[in-house]
Amino acid sequence: MSTQPFRLPRGGRIDRARPHRFIFNGRAYSGYAGDTLAAALLANGIHLVGRSFKYHRPRGIVTAGVEEPNALVQLGVGARSEPNLRATQCELYDGLIATSQNCWPSLRFDLGAINDRLARFLPAGFYYKTFMWPPSAWMQYEHAIRRMAGLGTAPEERDSDRYDKRLVHCDVLVVGAGPAGLAAALAAGRTGARVILADEQVEFGGSLLSGSAEIDGRPALDWVARATAELDWMAEAKLLRRATVFGYYDHNYLAIVERVADHLANPGEREPRQRLWKVRARQVVLATGAIERPLIFRDNDRPGIMLAGAARAYAHRYAAVPGRRTVVFTNNDSAYAAALDLIEAGGPVTTLIDIRAEPQGELADAVRAHGVEVIGGSAIVATSGRHRVKGVEVMRLTPDGTGVAGPVKYRDCDVVCMSGGWTPAVHLFSQSRGTLAYDSTHGCFVPSRAAQATHVAGICNGAWTLAECLRQGFTAGTAAARAAGFVEVAAAAAPPAPEPTATPPRILWAVPSDRAGTTSKHFVDFQNDVTVADIQLAAREGYRSVEHVKRYTTSGMGTDQGKLGNIPALGVLSDVLAADLPSLGTTTFRPPYTPVSFGALTGRDIDALADPIRVTPMHDWHVANGAIFEDVGQWKRPHFYPRAGETMRAAVDREVTAARTAVGILDASTLGKIDIQGPDAVTLLNRIYTNGWTTLEAARCRYGLMLKDDGMVIDDGVTTRLAPDHFHMTTTTGNAARVLGWLEEWVQTEWPDLRVYMASVTEQWAVATLSGPRARDVLAAAGTDLDLAPTAFPSQSMRQGAVAGMPARVFRVSFTGELSYEVNVPARCGGALWEALIAAGAPFGITPYGTEAMHVLRAEKGFIIVGQETDGTVTPLDLGLDRLVSKTKDFIGKRALLRPDTQRSDRKQLVGLLTEDPNEVLPEGAQIVVERRPEPPMPMIGHVTSSYFSPTLGRSIALALIVGGRARHGETLCVPLLGKTVKVEVAESCFYDRDGARANG
Amino acid sequence: MADRTQWGSPLDAASWPPRGIFATVRFEERPFVGKLILRGSADTREFLDVSRAVLGFALPTTANTVAVDGDLAALWLGPREWMVTTTPEREADIAERLCRALVGQHAAVTDVSDGRTVIRLAGPSARDILMKGCPLDLHPREFVPGRCAQSQLARAQIILHQIDETPTYDLYVAPSFARYLWAWLVDAAAEYAIA
Repeated sequence: MSTQPFRLPRGGRIDRARPHRFIFNGRAYSGYAGDTLAAALLANGIHLVGRSFKYHRPRGIVTAGVEEPNALVQLGVGARSEPNLRATQCELYDGLIATSQNCWPSLRFDLGAINDRLARFLPAGFYYKTFMWPPSAWMQYEHAIRRMAGLGTAPEERDSDRYDKRLVHCDVLVVGAGPAGLAAALAAGRTGARVILADEQVEFGGSLLSGSAEIDGRPALDWVARATAELDWMAEAKLLRRATVFGYYDHNYLAIVERVADHLANPGEREPRQRLWKVRARQVVLATGAIERPLIFRDNDRPGIMLAGAARAYAHRYAAVPGRRTVVFTNNDSAYAAALDLIEAGGPVTTLIDIRAEPQGELADAVRAHGVEVIGGSAIVATSGRHRVKGVEVMRLTPDGTGVAGPVKYRDCDVVCMSGGWTPAVHLFSQSRGTLAYDSTHGCFVPSRAAQATHVAGICNGAWTLAECLRQGFTAGTAAARAAGFVEVAAAAAPPAPEPTATPPRILWAVPSDRAGTTSKHFVDFQNDVTVADIQLAAREGYRSVEHVKRYTTSGMGTDQGKLGNIPALGVLSDVLAADLPSLGTTTFRPPYTPVSFGALTGRDIDALADPIRVTPMHDWHVANGAIFEDVGQWKRPHFYPRAGETMRAAVDREVTAARTAVGILDASTLGKIDIQGPDAVTLLNRIYTNGWTTLEAARCRYGLMLKDDGMVIDDGVTTRLAPDHFHMTTTTGNAARVLGWLEEWVQTEWPDLRVYMASVTEQWAVATLSGPRARDVLAAAGTDLDLAPTAFPSQSMRQGAVAGMPARVFRVSFTGELSYEVNVPARCGGALWEALIAAGAPFGITPYGTEAMHVLRAEKGFIIVGQETDGTVTPLDLGLDRLVSKTKDFIGKRALLRPDTQRSDRKQLVGLLTEDPNEVLPEGAQIVVERRPEPPMPMIGHVTSSYFSPTLGRSIALALIVGGRARHGETLCVPLLGKTVKVEVAESCFYDRDGARANG
Repeated sequence: MADRTQWGSPLDAASWPPRGIFATVRFEERPFVGKLILRGSADTREFLDVSRAVLGFALPTTANTVAVDGDLAALWLGPREWMVTTTPEREADIAERLCRALVGQHAAVTDVSDGRTVIRLAGPSARDILMKGCPLDLHPREFVPGRCAQSQLARAQIILHQIDETPTYDLYVAPSFARYLWAWLVDAAAEYAIA
């Protein structure tokens, strides 16, 4: 294991008492608790961490935060392995294993680097231009391109971690715990408001962790410690660390991913790895900070070239200096402060190159006082070094900044710290639909008008000094709390935080060079290998919109979404187009701010909890008796009950035959049931159903059809009059909730004058349906006080009484065409009822049947199933149910049935089909033609809606919707299938017992 | 329904084994609680008076509140909708008295005792567990004993009623969803498990 040659002897926020070992690309290294992987690598002198996406150029660590474009690693092995993680964000733990991505066969020797030499053949839009022809070949190209450009590997094993969720509300959500965010949280928290403070870092402090600022005459981190302690003490303040607010949605709804255990070598089994917080906040304070921009100079991507603020963070926070000979290249003051920090920490700075002509002021003087050579009005025009930067060439800028002139100065170095200024992190503000304004002095967008209950504070709001950040933080926190209804007792004043006087930056988007070459590039977007030349090419080819340029060049795509390069890319585009930068606008900021794992979004909604499984009171009996289940919506319904060695077809045939010749029993508990009461209940039914209800007597049942206002069938079912103003409605299983909603909608919005109340009783009642010639015998054997004689209890009627000692409502209605009783008992008795009927039915050969047999039985009778024979385009007339459509009253859908279109004679109508070969069972959905032509197209005149083998008839049967179907009875049509054509004869839709004698007996 | 041997509840121990022992929360089914949906207009003096006469207390007219008296409670579910709860098997008597008293009025009583079961959740972690799947604001400043609401827990519809400050909650859930919800609760409480 190597030592840590670039670790400073003291300082930093690492825990030197807790050394950690880790493996990077197969080699062992050491670091400390408190390191990030990137910091530990730099402490070990490692800059080269990856290869670029397109040209496979060697790349190093550029940043110290979430904006990192290059240092993407695959972390861990096996099921817990995760690709595309930023080494700058991965907390080091003992035993961590990481590998570089996108290099083959190794990081130092990468075959893909040949792309760098072929760059002139790989311009912007290369993929669009090259691989689009022939269109069919894209599938092959894509495969190869993906492998070439691959970003890590998804694990193939099942994710072994737990992920959890929490849905919370608060008065004030503060995003970011830098100086402004801490100040805002303090101000809001002191009012007693419920505050959530979320920060993506391990500890609070934000930029203060990485610098040497002072607040109130003491180190700023003392203030951070005091603020954090005060917040910790507040009962109603919730502090979230390692928690990234990644989405800002409507109505102040924000999403946070908290990395609970990612930093642990051995996370607890019951602890989640990550937790998704869904927050509804009355007020939001965004204190999201700013991201430093790179300078766009020639070959600005060599390992060792990094952001000045990042170098400062590594030296200060992690006690790791990036190199021994540092050159600084800047257009603004912040790099001077960074240089001073580096020098103080022990990392020598030799030269500082400033784009601005005459670097003056306190900072410049201080840097010079340390013996640093300050070169003003100049630029780096070239860099050298393959796996690590070795030196830079410097020339004077022409006064307008578009060219360079004069002699070339060469300076040796092993690190270049660059700073192109700072970009406020307006991502969340923009996601919330807040508008942005352009700050031309600092070359960036700042929040302008909020669209929601949003406050902005700190550098993300253009507060360029620490004192202003603190002031804005306190103000925003106070304002947010007040808007949420909380007022502070004593106003808090922001503490003083003096800083050197600032001089404005000089914005120069593309830094000129004295030469051009195919292998030298000015990188704008490191992750996607987009150069100034690519953007210029896009502009020359006519691209004007930033959204189009983004997609054409791929600038701003990828895992970092252009956090570094978006603004420089805009600047370059505005230069080329000679357009005002703000007039170009920005690309759209979309959630997530940083990538979020699928696991966190899914949470515990996996396996058996993925979706509710609804079961009936008889479910355990079905399981114990070998039922095979069918999913009907969320319900598990018995599909059929195979005996040992029985096929599905044999089981269904047996179940159907039992119901036709002896007796079957079906669990019909899932049927939708609605209790309707009130003097106007009958009026409601008259308006909702197509047929009339006024004449229905008490204790009688009637089948009804329900239409939408467009005249199309939406539901059907039997409704029973329990008393003059009391009805029991049944609906199809899948429509139970929808129909109740439909009734409520009409009653609440259109007919509030109707005196009627509805209540769902779907689950109040368990239902066992006895069906078959012996159904009456079974009911009698089970024991009942009801008179079952056909005259006393006729078809289409209901009786209340006791069945097997249970209080029951028995409905004599039939969906099979056989003598049927639907026995309803309170759900708690469902299991007992079922077992009592099974026992009582044993001497009569009672056979439980599932939904498949139910379908066959009803299809033999030509009974429709809504959703199978109907699809939202079928009227009652199409179904041949004209007799159910009242001519004398009004009902929903009536006017639509009078439209010429619904009265056409060539509409698709329901018919029966009989195949020429009685053993041929058509596939449902099969298309029907008059005659098969050798080649498509051929006019399709309909399709099969239901198709079964009918054991009762000993042949196959089918229902179909066919153009002008009723006029075609007796015609022979064709059903073209793969490799064959089936001839069918159009028939009546009712195949069995057409006069209904069996059910009425 | 006197023969209790014929009764079964969706979360009967015999048929539904997943259980757990948790340090800071416990949950149990309260089967067969009597439940009536009472519909009528709170704007009608007569309806309120008659209801009070039968129940012995006034129906709550503040949204999402519960009135309790002995083993009777009335949960406000909507401007014209309450759920009256009572001990098992008492519901028929209450329903009958309500119906009789409300004759001639535009009102409705529906027995839904079997249409929902009750899961009682109690203990210091109960609120945290609900927050894993319920979008309501359950903070003590917003949701206190005596409050109720119709909402979601995970993917099931529930009526939530806070009983006391332990906190203890009653979750009313349709029996077909009860096993799903129970499994979800056992899973959500995993971090508090001691056995």
